[in-house]
Parts: sequence; C-alpha cells; structure tokens
Amino acid sequence: MFVAIMLTLVTVGSILFHFFSPWWWTEVASNWGNIDDTIILTFWVTGSVFVAICLFSAYCVWKFRYQKNRRADYEPENPKLEWWLTILTALGVAALLAPGLVVWNQYVTVPKDAYEIEVMAQQWYFSYRLPGEDNKLGTSDIMNITDDNPFGINPNDPNGQDDVLIDGDDIHLLIDRPTKVLLRSIDVLHNFYVPQFRAKMDMVPGSVTYYWFTPTRTGYFEILCAEYCGTGHYAMRGWVSVDEQEDYQAWLQEQETFEEMMARNNDNKEIEIVAK
Amino acid sequence: MVPDNLDEAVNKSNSVPDLEVKPQDLYHANSFITRWIFCQDAKVIGIQYSLTAIAIGLVAMVLSWMMRLQLGFPETFSFLGPAEYYQFVTMHGMIMVIYLLTALFLGGFGNFLIPLMVGARDMVFPYVNMISFWIYFLAVLILVASFFVPGGPTGAGWTLYPPQAITQGTPGSGWGIVLMLISLSVFVVGFTMGGLNYVITILQARTRGMTLMRMPLTVWGIFTATVLALFAFPALIVSCIMMTLDSLLGTSFFMPTMVELGEKLEYGGGSPILFQHLFWFFGHPEVYIVALPAFGIVSDLISVHARKNIFGYRMMVWAIVFIGALSFIVWAHHMYVSGMNPWFGFFFATTTLIIAVPTAIKVYNWVLTLWRGNIRLTLPMLFALAFIVTFVNGGITGLFLGNVIVDVPLSDTYFVVAHFHMVMGIAPVLVVFGAIYHWFPLITGRYLHEGMGQFHFWVSFLGSYAIYFPMHYLGFIGVPRRYYEMYNSEFIPTSAEGLNQFITIAALTVGFAQIVFLYNIIVSSKFGKLAGKNPWQACSLEWQTPDVPPGHGNFGKELPVVYRWAYDFSVPGAKEDFIPQNVAPNEVPEAKAEQT
Amino acid sequence: MKKKESIFKLLTQKPWDPDQAKLDDLHEGQTLNLSKGKLGLRFIMTVSTIFFCLFIVTYADRMVYPDWQRMHEPFLLWFNTLTLIITSIVFISAQFESKKKNFELVKKRFLLIGILSFIFLFGQLLVWKQMIDLGYFVSTNPANAYFYLFTTLHGLHLLGGLIYLNMTIKKVWVPQEVVIKKVQHSVELCAIYWHFLLVVWVVLFLLMLLS
Repeated sequence: MFVAIMLTLVTVGSILFHFFSPWWWTEVASNWGNIDDTIILTFWVTGSVFVAICLFSAYCVWKFRYQKNRRADYEPENPKLEWWLTILTALGVAALLAPGLVVWNQYVTVPKDAYEIEVMAQQWYFSYRLPGEDNKLGTSDIMNITDDNPFGINPNDPNGQDDVLIDGDDIHLLIDRPTKVLLRSIDVLHNFYVPQFRAKMDMVPGSVTYYWFTPTRTGYFEILCAEYCGTGHYAMRGWVSVDEQEDYQAWLQEQETFEEMMARNNDNKEIEIVAK
Repeated sequence: MVPDNLDEAVNKSNSVPDLEVKPQDLYHANSFITRWIFCQDAKVIGIQYSLTAIAIGLVAMVLSWMMRLQLGFPETFSFLGPAEYYQFVTMHGMIMVIYLLTALFLGGFGNFLIPLMVGARDMVFPYVNMISFWIYFLAVLILVASFFVPGGPTGAGWTLYPPQAITQGTPGSGWGIVLMLISLSVFVVGFTMGGLNYVITILQARTRGMTLMRMPLTVWGIFTATVLALFAFPALIVSCIMMTLDSLLGTSFFMPTMVELGEKLEYGGGSPILFQHLFWFFGHPEVYIVALPAFGIVSDLISVHARKNIFGYRMMVWAIVFIGALSFIVWAHHMYVSGMNPWFGFFFATTTLIIAVPTAIKVYNWVLTLWRGNIRLTLPMLFALAFIVTFVNGGITGLFLGNVIVDVPLSDTYFVVAHFHMVMGIAPVLVVFGAIYHWFPLITGRYLHEGMGQFHFWVSFLGSYAIYFPMHYLGFIGVPRRYYEMYNSEFIPTSAEGLNQFITIAALTVGFAQIVFLYNIIVSSKFGKLAGKNPWQACSLEWQTPDVPPGHGNFGKELPVVYRWAYDFSVPGAKEDFIPQNVAPNEVPEAKAEQT
Repeated sequence: MKKKESIFKLLTQKPWDPDQAKLDDLHEGQTLNLSKGKLGLRFIMTVSTIFFCLFIVTYADRMVYPDWQRMHEPFLLWFNTLTLIITSIVFISAQFESKKKNFELVKKRFLLIGILSFIFLFGQLLVWKQMIDLGYFVSTNPANAYFYLFTTLHGLHLLGGLIYLNMTIKKVWVPQEVVIKKVQHSVELCAIYWHFLLVVWVVLFLLMLLS
C-alpha cells in the first residue's frame, strides 16, 4: 500500500512541479517559436506515457500484492497485445519525428536574402565581422592572423576592405532581418548560443559552420558559449542587442572597417617610429 | 585450407563437456594468493571487479559532491577553482561511465553470473579471465595516478574533445590527458580479454538442455552488451592512440591549424569532428553496454519477485538484440550541433527515434509482468520499481534530445545533464543495488539488513529523483552545462539559485545513504540473517548449486541438466509456485504447462 | 553435433512450449560447431579487423585535407612484404606436415617462421631508420604519421602472435606428451593468425601505396 502511494505521489508530484514550477524558458526573441512548439508536443505525448506507466505500476503493486494462497497468472506472452503496443508506440514516435524534421529542414535551409555576419571565437571571447557596404565578407585565414590583423582577413581581398569589425564590444542586429551567422573559431571548439533565440551551433577550428534566425523582438540578450572550451568556458559571454532600424544605423556608423583599422595601425607604427 | 576431418577431430576432443567433473580439468586454488588474489575462479574475479569498481566509484561520488558544493554555493569554497572544478567534472564522468558501470555490469555481474546461470563450471579461458581483471586494475591505478602528476588530472570533460583536450587552456593538458588516454587504452585491452570469455562461455559452454532461448534475460543482456563492447571499444582505443600521438609526438590527426593565446601552434590540417565521430561511435553503444545488462537483470528481478514469468520473453530477447544492432547507427545524435553536415540530422534523428520503439516494448513488458502477478515487495523488487520510474522518465527525455530540432535549444544545457544521469546513471545504479540485494544471499549466504536496506532505498530513490527531475527545468531556462558558475545572468530567474542549493543538499543526502549501504554490506556479510538455499525461490540455475555460496566448479560433482526455461513461476497445477530449471518434467507430475 | 539452425528460427522458439521442450532437452549446450580456441581466434580477428578498419576510415577522411602529402615509399617495404608472404607459405607447409604427424619437420618449419618473422620486424625497423634519415618524422605529415602508426600496430600484433607461436613450439617439441590433436589444433590456429596478419599488412601496404 505504502509503495503504491509513494509511486502515485512521485507521479503526481512531477505533474504538479511541471505546472507550478517558476523555471521555464525565456520569452522567445527569434522566429524559432516553432521549436518551442515541438517541445510542447513532445511534452504532451511523452508525459502522458510516463504518467500512464507509473500509475499502472502503482495500481499493480497495490492490486496484486503478495497473498500466500493466490497464484500469479501463467501467461508467457500475448503477441496480439504486444504488436498493438508496438504499432501504437511507433505511431506516437512518428508523430514526434515528422514535425521535428519539418522544422529541422527550415533550420538548415537558409533563406537566400539572409544577411551574413561572422562570429569569431577564441579563448575566451567572441568578436564579430559585418560585410560592409558591398554586402560581401572578405576571405580570411588563420595564417593571416597578426597583432595588427586579429581577424586574419586576407589583406589583398577587395571584398574584405569595407568589412566592419567589432572586437571586444556588443554586436547589434537589425530586427526582423533574417540573419545568417557564420561561425569560426581560431583555437578550440566553441558554441554561439543565445537562449532567447533558441538556436545554437558549435564553432569548429578549421571550418566554418552556420545557422540562421530572424530576431523578432528588440532587447539586450546574453550570448553564451555552449561547448566546453577550457578553464575560462564559464566566463565566455557576450551581448547581442536587437535594434530598430534607426538605432541600428546609428550604431553601425560608429564602427570601424578593416581598411580604417589597418590605416590606424600604420599610423600608430609611424608615430612609434617617429617617437623613437 | 582447413580440412574438415581435422576440424571434426579437434571438435570431438573438446566439444560437449562431460557432466561429471574430471579433477584435472578443474582449477583448484590451494594457497591464499591463488585463491583470493591471482584467482582464476570467475566468481572471485567477479567480486574483485565489483570491489575495485565500487572503490573507484566512491572516489567519483566524492568528486560529484565537490561539484555540487560549488554549484549550490558558489564562492563559498576557496579550494574549488575553475580548474579543479573541471578536473572533478571530467574524472567524475569518466570513472562513472567506464570504470564503474561498465566494469561492474560486465566484469562484476558478468563474471559472477554467467557461468552459474548457463550451468558452466567456469569461464572457458580462466587464465585470460584473471589477466583481464589485473589489466583493469592497472587501468584504474593509472587513472588514480593522474591525480598526483604535475598539472593534475585532465579537465577536458569526459568527452575529451580535441583540440581543447591537449592545449594549454585546459587543466591537465600535459600529463593528465596522456595518463587518461593510456588508462583508457589499457582498459580496452583488458576488457577485450574478458569480453572474449563472456561471449564464448555463453555460446559454447552451456550445460545440457540450455538452449539460447532458455537462458535468463540477464545472460542475454550481458551477452549482447559484451558483443557491443567488443565492436565499439576499438573505436575508443583508436581515438585514444591517435590523440596520444597528437599530444606527445605532434602529429595532426585531430588538430587543426590554430592560434592559441596569440601563438600559432605547430599543428595543422586535422579534423576535430573526426574525433567526435570516433568517440561517439564508441560512446553511444557504450550507453547500451551499461543499459542492456541492467535491462536483463531487472527483468529477472521483476519476474522472480512478482512470482510470474517475464511477460513476452521472446519480444524481450528480440528487443535486446534489435537495440544492440541499432545502437551502432545512431551515434551522431550526440553531434547535432557539432557543426557536422546538417543533413546527417535527418538520418540520425530517424534511427534514434526508431530505437525508442523496442525500448518502450521492454518497459511495457516489465509492467505487464506485474499485472496479475503475486508481487512480493522485497528490496530487489522495490529497486526494480524505482528503476522503471526513473528509466521511463530518463527515456522520454531522450525522445526530446533525439529529435534533432528539439535538441537544438536543449543540447549542452542542464537538460542533457539531467537526462543522461537519470537514464544511465540513476536507473542502472538502482538496478545494481537491486541486484546486490538479490544476489547477496548467494555470494555470502546471508541477507542484507532489511531496515538499513529500506532506508537506503527510499533515500536513494526519492533523493536522486529530487536531484534530477527539477534539473531538467534549469535546462529549459537555458542554463548551459559545464559552467563553473553562472554569475548573475539576466535570463535566469534568481529563484534558480534556491533550486541549485536544493539539488546540492539532495545530492549530499543521497551520498550519505550510500555510506549506510556500504556499512550494511560489511556488517551483513558477517552477521546478516542466514538465507539458506534459494531464499527467493527462483528458477534459474545459479540458485540450484549444492553449496551456498557455490564453491569452485560451481555445481559440485555433476553439472545440472536443464529441462525448462528460467521462468516457470506459478505454473498451473504445480505444487510450488516455482519449478527450477533443472527439475525434470517427471519430477513434477501435477504440472502441465499451458499451450499458448 | 547438432544441425545448423537459422538464427531467425532459433529466436522464434517458444521455450515454454512442451513440444519445443522435448527438442530443447536434447540440446548439448553448444551453439557453434567450433572449438573454443578457434572461436576465440575468430573473435580476436574480428576485433582487430574493426580496429584496423576504423584506422582506414580515419585515413580516408584525413587524406582529403589539403595538407596531405604523398608518402615516400622505401623499396625495402617490398622486400618485407615478400618475407611475410614466404612466412605464410612456410606455414601452409607446416600445417601439411602436422597433419601427417611429421612433427620433426613441423619443428623446423616453425623455427624458420620465427626467424622470418624477426627478419620482417627488423626490416620494418630499417624502413623506419631510412625514413628518419630522409627527414620524414612522425609529425612531418599525416601520411607519415599513419605509416609509423600502421607499422607499429601491425608489428605489435605480430609480436603477440610470436608469443603464441612460442607456446606452440613448446608443444611441438615434445608431441608425445600431449594429445596430438591439440598440437595440430595449435598449429592450425597459429597459421590462421599469420595468414590474417599477412592480409592486414597487404591491405595497409596497398592503401599507403595507392594513396
């Protein structure tokens, strides 16, 4: 009796916890609200199975508790019942999988007009690069990285000259513009994750990964590294600000391009030489 | 090339084992060293495996307390810096998965139960079996040694992803990681020797009448898990060897061109994702290497203590085999957001969700075994029930993470931590406990103390559920795993701090209950209530030995002959509610097995 | 010996069924018609095959990266391969003699095999020396790294085999003291393993040669 009650309490407790818990996801700030929907769907399907199985066991434990002069049934199998359960489970699983794959298809199919930005990770911070006026990011290579050229942009690539560089500051995004983030790392694995955007992808040294989203709500959101990257992993944060058009333009005007940065570096060097 | 007649000649010389024991065939231990240390008796080796695994597991448990103290009460304990924290996380994970669970289920339970359950006198290669244990022991020693080398043990996370695992930014990237890789390689070598024994013993050395389909599900679980391990562990050793070379000799198998802390490293051109594929090609079957023996054992516990045959035995066997086979084509579901080709996601999500079907069938059959049973709520039964609750809970969260798009927001958050602890931490460990309470009377001839057992059960079950169930909700918020501390992130409600403290306290309480359990084992092995022969009235062969605890050679002078499957409980018309496997039909005249 | 049964038929047996029970009672408790030694060897060979296959998969994957350079192939490798082939041929003849119970000849063949195996291992070390003299170190290029890796692992497998060969030679030395069938069995297991190592080496050698 006691065991049956405890099993029931665990089940009911779990349900109550779910409905009354103050811990739930943040309000979504991107177009990936349908990811939340797939989670909710999974919740209902699997949650009801969990509750059914736990309550059924609790009932059995109470109803068929040991009695000296009773015998258990002798029933090696019941193929009909087993096959029905198999088919039902398969249907349930298919009901979870199909919508999931549809949304995944959206996730990996980047719209053609998506605005490309680059996020570059290293231990333990993010920096960003916007394509500038020509809307094209210049090529880059880890081998080009120097103190003057921290992004490793190819200095001979005309597309790279007007790239806007944001090193050690927040990134701003324009609301309602589909954005494709190109992810690059120059040392170890990292991940670019904003809880409110729901999306994430690892950044792998030696290759460029990507995902896309459309910010749908203005605000100031925290960026987290979600792939373990060494002792400073927990401190690897950044901030993204989703702006309306006006604010965004104002911010963009203030940023430095690659050309300007190289020029500034050269000036600094000349000043140093002169000073010497 | 191989002539048939030779084949036959050889086979005849050692094909069917004689039922009567020939003295020269049986290994007799005659000194303390050969009896208890360099022993070739599978039962002693099983106990040696178990004790070593439990000892190193205790270390891992203490490490988990340290982690929980830091997470529940950040900035309180000065001896816990980020480097130490990451080292503790790594060692905790690796020890629990490989050196505790794998070694305990296959090395411990496998060695003890296989020969007894299939009616063999010992493993087929007892000497190799002994070597296997000592190699495992060596692997554990190397692992422990890494705590004492300069730089400490590796803090690369249990997945040991390169490049981070062997570069400066990670604690223990010098000695620590190399020792870890060597220890794992040694473990694999030792395990392969043991695994060979388990598989061949089950296939070739069963007693008369013991067909494959008459074996208890425990043996099926261990058998399939061992086959998985033999096929999966090579991937681990391959990745270990290659990473060791990357680390020591500067090769670039996995190491890309990279700039670390402003300096260009010598490496170039390697692929970090390749390591992940290799690692998870081992790592996913590894989950089932731990889970399948647990499935098998729990089936037997439920059947014996519900006094009813396991429902749908054939379906249970098929499910075990099917899960085992499928487990080799689902590995990349650990890598949905790793940057691999996103189109793989469709394939691996589908295979992963298909594997849920046979797993669900197993759960249905366990609870349907309870239906119209005659359930004795003994301690092993309680643990089996707790296993069902935690396993179903952890299993359904697997449906979240296996479905590729649902995994995107949840991966690398506390949801994942909660999921795998529930499904391959808590659930199998509850089975381990249940199994120990169940077979302790066979190992020592005495029961474990009931009162302490009840305390241990309720605290472990409710406590661990209270740790991991709420933890999923931290994952929904988006709290990432492997964070030494969260600072004051705006997106996390402040009440989450309270939740973290609660989880820490629950974890410490559960840990305390394990100390009671250990005390119970030590005291009961000397002073426990005497159990006598076959105290649970089970049918399978291990309880039918002439001596309890069984001696060398297991079955005394003559091997048992098997006349029925391992689940003849409550056969209509029979006098008792169980008929052991070695009872001939003419010895139970009243019984007539029902046709189905 | 029981007849071969399909795995599907086996797995669909109903062990509780009285008719099935009558069949099952006659079962001798052995699934495969193989000695345990041979089965053990087969398992070892399967595990090693997986082991080497995984290396080959990583090799194929690593090869497509741009920094891959074709390896310099010392001519000596051909000689070593020939040594290994001769060893296998000698083994076939040893097996033949052992079947005829000419254990004196088997003895000589086995000693020859031991010597040839050491010549092979020595040859491999010479190749290493040549490579190092030419400036090809382990870390010079992934192709070289794989070369050193493959030769080492293959060599270790061969050394493992030599331990078993040594045990077999001991048995052959005084064949009257043990059952002749057991000696023949040991010889056969040894031979199978050596042929397996030859195949592994040829595959690895061709792989390195052709890429």
